[in-house]
Amino acid sequence: MSGENKEIAYPYIPNALPHIRDRMLQRIGVKSIEEVYEMIPERLRFKGKMDLPGPLHSEYELRRHVEAILQKNTSAAEVISFLGGGCYQHFVPAVCDEINQRYEFLTAYSGRAYEDHGRYQALFEFASMMGELLNLEVVSVPTYDGYQAAATALRMAGRITGRKHIIVSRAISPDKLSRIANYSSPFLKIKVADFDPNSGQTDIKAVERLLDTETAAIYFDTPNFFGCLETGINHLTTLAHQAGALCVVGVEPLTLGVLRPPADYGADIVCGEIQSLGIHMQFGGGQAGFIATRDEERFVMEYPTRLIGLLPTRVPGEHGFGEVAMERTSFLKREGGKEWLGTMANLWGITAAVYLALMGPQGMKEIGEGIFARTSYAIRKLAQVKGIRILHLSSPHFREFVVNFDESGKTVEEINALLAQRGIFGGHSLRRHFPEMGESALYCVTEIHTQAQIDLLADTLKEILRS
Amino acid sequence: MNTQPVSPYQSTLENYHQARWCEPLLFEISEAGQRGIIPPPLEAGITESIGDPLQDVPSWMRRTSPPALPEVSQVHVLRHFLRLSQETLGAGLIADMGMATSTVKYNPPVNEQLVHSPKLNELHPLQDEETVQGILEILYRFEQILKAISGMSRFTFQPRGGSAAIYTNASIVQAWHRWRGEPWRNEIITTIFSHPSNAACPASAGFKIITLYPDSDGYPSVEALRAVLSERTAGLFITNPDDTGIFNPKIDEFVHLVHEAGGLCVYDQANANGLLGIVRAADLGFDLCHFNLHKTFGTPHASGGPGAGASGVTEALAPFLPIPTVEFDGTRYFLDYDRPLSIGKVASFYGAVANVVRAYAWVMSLGAEGLRAVAETAVLNNNYLLARMLEIPSITAPFAEGKHRLEQVRYSLEKLTRETGLHSSDLARRAADFGAHFFLSHHPFVVPEPATIEPTESYSQADLDTHAAMFERLVKEAYTAPEEIQSAPHRAAIHLMPDPSYLEDPQRWAITWRAWLRKHGKNAQQSAMAENEASTKKTKEE
Repeated sequence: MSGENKEIAYPYIPNALPHIRDRMLQRIGVKSIEEVYEMIPERLRFKGKMDLPGPLHSEYELRRHVEAILQKNTSAAEVISFLGGGCYQHFVPAVCDEINQRYEFLTAYSGRAYEDHGRYQALFEFASMMGELLNLEVVSVPTYDGYQAAATALRMAGRITGRKHIIVSRAISPDKLSRIANYSSPFLKIKVADFDPNSGQTDIKAVERLLDTETAAIYFDTPNFFGCLETGINHLTTLAHQAGALCVVGVEPLTLGVLRPPADYGADIVCGEIQSLGIHMQFGGGQAGFIATRDEERFVMEYPTRLIGLLPTRVPGEHGFGEVAMERTSFLKREGGKEWLGTMANLWGITAAVYLALMGPQGMKEIGEGIFARTSYAIRKLAQVKGIRILHLSSPHFREFVVNFDESGKTVEEINALLAQRGIFGGHSLRRHFPEMGESALYCVTEIHTQAQIDLLADTLKEILRS
Repeated sequence: MNTQPVSPYQSTLENYHQARWCEPLLFEISEAGQRGIIPPPLEAGITESIGDPLQDVPSWMRRTSPPALPEVSQVHVLRHFLRLSQETLGAGLIADMGMATSTVKYNPPVNEQLVHSPKLNELHPLQDEETVQGILEILYRFEQILKAISGMSRFTFQPRGGSAAIYTNASIVQAWHRWRGEPWRNEIITTIFSHPSNAACPASAGFKIITLYPDSDGYPSVEALRAVLSERTAGLFITNPDDTGIFNPKIDEFVHLVHEAGGLCVYDQANANGLLGIVRAADLGFDLCHFNLHKTFGTPHASGGPGAGASGVTEALAPFLPIPTVEFDGTRYFLDYDRPLSIGKVASFYGAVANVVRAYAWVMSLGAEGLRAVAETAVLNNNYLLARMLEIPSITAPFAEGKHRLEQVRYSLEKLTRETGLHSSDLARRAADFGAHFFLSHHPFVVPEPATIEPTESYSQADLDTHAAMFERLVKEAYTAPEEIQSAPHRAAIHLMPDPSYLEDPQRWAITWRAWLRKHGKNAQQSAMAENEASTKKTKEE
């Protein structure tokens, strides 16, 4: 064995102790582990020593080392942050953290529906509660993130309709659009429909111009990237259906305690993010997505993900769960399956289930109203600041809105640097992807923002823009 | 076999019983008016200022009836999910060597403490770079670590799982050939023992898939590869060792031939557990590779994700990596979006970043010597278990018989099936009664009646002995008391689900509670179960 690592007892590697290793080797009649590695020809072996830092064998040393690096971060919780754009600072109930840190859930993987019964039930309950919010009977286990959910939903639409074109609203996250483009390119042609600069909503006329008999689907988000509700949702759904296409809609689950879900307007595939549902931001690591449809075989058979179904056991009173129609998947069909199946984001699905169970209908109503109210309040307050113009004022906004600073003569970066000095993270600059909006930033408020914090933002901007 | 050491866990094996709470669905315990949490209230000042919070929302967009979510007190929500957690056989509870190909190893709690720091949990991905120097530093440092382990030039951690990394690699292969002006290269070659995603992900990117089958040595012949190479060859996606634990010693010849044909070579190192410090992707000539941080690098499997896929490439392919990359100018870390050849975004933001922090801490705790000890011990454990398993009648390890394996083995119970009529899937179901589980195989079952076991470095000799003892008991029972196996499980959280048509028949499947209610009605489950009960009439209860 390499390493005269004679006396090191590795806490994570019980059988690395020399006397145990020797006992085991003897038991199997092998002189050294090198004998086993002889199946790898000498010419293919790495001769050097990996140039790695460490080791920090002591747990305390390790902790001190990593914490010292993380200490260089300033988190959004240490300041007042108005950043959104796909990842959101919401309140995370303690029970959500308690459950997703349970070692049983944390370390489980893909056990069978018997010994992992609890995991199956939690994921079935996730889908069931999402189904109530969405008014749909089929909900996937979580996908990697909302981008992947949208990209897969559109691939599903392509397969369901047998058509090759999709129309995507430009009023979605540019990164999401990039993912959709990357993921669709071999099979689907993407046509981007611009948004109306006044309302910030998808330009229905632009969609109409792009729509034809090859259109598989129309895609948009509501609320969209600019925080605007797509009030043309009825119209867009009808347009899609008249053309024989599907309507695929991304939605924020937190709105659905107070808003009608897209399925009520006839949306065929609904998708989105669940990070808002009790999951920390983790620098973007808390993202996870969902896909939902009506319970029609032609839809269900196009899902690439696991779908958990309820079924009886042989004992009355017991719920059993299993995986529905696995023949669809790459696990059974390799390249003949629908896209692929892999390890995605189940722990966040379980966490979102805890969140929805805690919130219930009343909690979802209050948080929906609370965010709408704070958004309206923030828009009004900031609109009063000289040098600021709020864009898309004619649209209803949820959580986010675009603040334009053109009249102030300052750049978003200059303003954000000054805000940062005062303990405020300003909105994210939109210049790179939406140059036509000039010096604009996307601002976000959630249920965690107080009136005083919003007032402070307005006052601070007033002061900064005056100078 | 009476000379076998007796495991101190023998009694655990015999007397184990999983928690069985018969926990109702939340919908079934819902009671009007109960609440689990109160969100922050709307302040009077805001309400006074704006009036109706939804005043800007057209009335036809407002929900008229509230969503029928369960109404449950916090007491009961916590209890509900704690009970479900107890009915889940997490790896922390057992010597989890049965979920082979997944490298289920120890997940140190210190890494959980690190990632639950507000310094990570509360970081927004769009914060100014100056405020996220710490996390960027860890992303950068871990890239240097994977470079040293693999010999590759650059890595991205954006893919949120291993399959997502394979897809990312397929996208890079595609972009490379297009950039070189050879867009006709549309064929990917893989092997049947490589993970299904090596076929499915390139296919999802638009490639045609050619699959090679092993010869008696356990890997495809060089001639088989030669026969499928052409000017259409885009690349080779391959694991090595694959799920049999057999290493293809001609891998460099494979790589050479594919390169000669103009293709790229992609090494699926999702599971590199037997190879750390032994073999490096770059030294074998591979152009791309990927690691699963939730396999080899000790991050938890999280009930099926989030994991993390780390895609590595050579210098020539680095321009095609997803944006942004993490760079260091000697004083500060920054994100580079200015990469015109990039394939774009493959996931939101920078991937499952917490898993990079966990993996970084895991490697730092072990160092280079420790990583080699991981590989060598994983291989030692596997060969010890192999020897013990092959002492059990009816268990064989097809391909390269009599030879050692690296970190896992795909066993076959074909003889047992022939003689008892029971399948390896029946034995796997029965394993739940012993606090264990094991993976059969990906499809198709090239090895008949498969059971794939990967003992990793985390388990002790007693753990391995216990696992062998369980198989010994299962095999014995198959011959002496097969009905125990047929009607299993008996000591798990739930009993046998005899009617799989509930999962296959579109008229019967129910993927949500509301679908169940529509199709079967509230009491349907009771009657269906009673029906099953009557028909099976096997009440072998303890």
